[in-house]
Amino acid sequence: MELQMNLKTTPLHSQSEKLGAKFAPFGGWDMPISYSGIIDEHNWTRKSACLFDICHMGEFIISGAGAGDALNKIVTMNIEEIPVKACRYGFMLNENGGIIDDLIVYKIDNNKFMMVVNAATKDIDLTNLKKHLPEDISLEDISDKTAKIDLQGPLSRDILKEIISADIEKLTYYTFSYFDVLGENSIVSRTGYTGELGYEIYISAGKAVELWDTLLKDKRVKPGGLGARDTLRLEMSYPLYGHELDNSTSPLEAGLGIFVDLDKEFIGKDVLVKQKEEGLLKRLVCFKVDSRRAPRNGYKILSGDKEIGVVSSGSFSPSLKRGIGMGYVEADYRTAGTKVTLGDGRVKIKAEIIKRPFYKEGSLRK
Amino acid sequence: MNIEKRLFYTKEHEWVRIEGKEATIGISDYAQASLGDVTFVELPEIGAEVEQFKPIAAIESVKTASEIYAPLSGKVIKVNEEIVHAPELINQAPYTEGWFAVIELKDEAEKANLMDDAVYEEYLIEIGD
Repeated sequence: MELQMNLKTTPLHSQSEKLGAKFAPFGGWDMPISYSGIIDEHNWTRKSACLFDICHMGEFIISGAGAGDALNKIVTMNIEEIPVKACRYGFMLNENGGIIDDLIVYKIDNNKFMMVVNAATKDIDLTNLKKHLPEDISLEDISDKTAKIDLQGPLSRDILKEIISADIEKLTYYTFSYFDVLGENSIVSRTGYTGELGYEIYISAGKAVELWDTLLKDKRVKPGGLGARDTLRLEMSYPLYGHELDNSTSPLEAGLGIFVDLDKEFIGKDVLVKQKEEGLLKRLVCFKVDSRRAPRNGYKILSGDKEIGVVSSGSFSPSLKRGIGMGYVEADYRTAGTKVTLGDGRVKIKAEIIKRPFYKEGSLRK
Repeated sequence: MNIEKRLFYTKEHEWVRIEGKEATIGISDYAQASLGDVTFVELPEIGAEVEQFKPIAAIESVKTASEIYAPLSGKVIKVNEEIVHAPELINQAPYTEGWFAVIELKDEAEKANLMDDAVYEEYLIEIGD
């Protein structure tokens, strides 16, 4: 009816429709935003487990002799030094040190890697990889045939032990393995975007509905939408591409230097080295509002009457029961305890800069 | 979608219950369902003069921020502090515990600019949900 014609749908779209989900466009896809309600799904993820349709994200396989060395020159983190069956979070940068995308690389073996990227940036990522990978390294986009389903929450391990394998227990944080999932050899990683113990399952698109339905039969599992995924990640101060990260922002400005290895070569490195020497002009900060009112993307950040920055993400925090947000400020104002005012012409919200994250009770590493 | 009888509605999905010179204001079941979980409410001051179809309160859900418009002109004589502390009341009981404010009516003739429940029902069908 509206502009829905151009939006892509995941293999789970009709399952979500049957569950009465509310949909909205995200990164070119018609995605479920909520099922039972954002706050209910948020709280359920914090105490039990929610199932998320994340099929919109992209997956590439990069393989061939020397693939690790070639990829290591494109991403900021060192993927050569990590063991096989480990994953690592990091970035692809442009020549100006700006972030093309944030992503996770899975080391399948020393010459074979899977890269998981954002939906909206997938095509740009592919172009960038094609441009910089040597011709003898194979690059395959497996996004269309791959379904990504995330189970997140403190009970996710118990649930997957029953439904997939007792060996799920052996997965430590940011590692993965192959498991028999509904008769198919599939990657399951202990990763996520919620701050809770959680897993991401990569299965062929044709098996997505069966896996989704099987997991939802468990009473401990509820479907979760992108709305709760956003409030969950914000409480952990995890960045979202297009909000905290973009092609004119460096990982250092975003406070994500731990995902950058300056002891190796990669595209954009010289700019980061220079930023480190000369100091950063803007910094990403977290702030907590003194009421339930939420800061919104694009609000100005003021110290007294002086405009010092702009809000990149904001929401009501279901766990803290108050407004929280992130934004970029002039570097001098980044210290925790700094009082700021957030707002547009009409709204004025008082907030205080705090140390990340907002939510500290997550089951992430348990 | 529940449409309470004997109330009057605006195109912006506020309702008003007129009892003598007093009018209680809230948002419809359709409005609360479209917003999702209400997380914040800003109420007017008691004594504030409001004009028909001009902002009287502000409301936020996890995803949105919007204004609530006065269905009728008048003076605010009571506000519902309960919804400030428990905004979920607006989702749970939009026509009862989730009321926003009571105003003293200025001009009952303004009622002609509102919809009764039957017309509001047609209006909801018309806007397509």
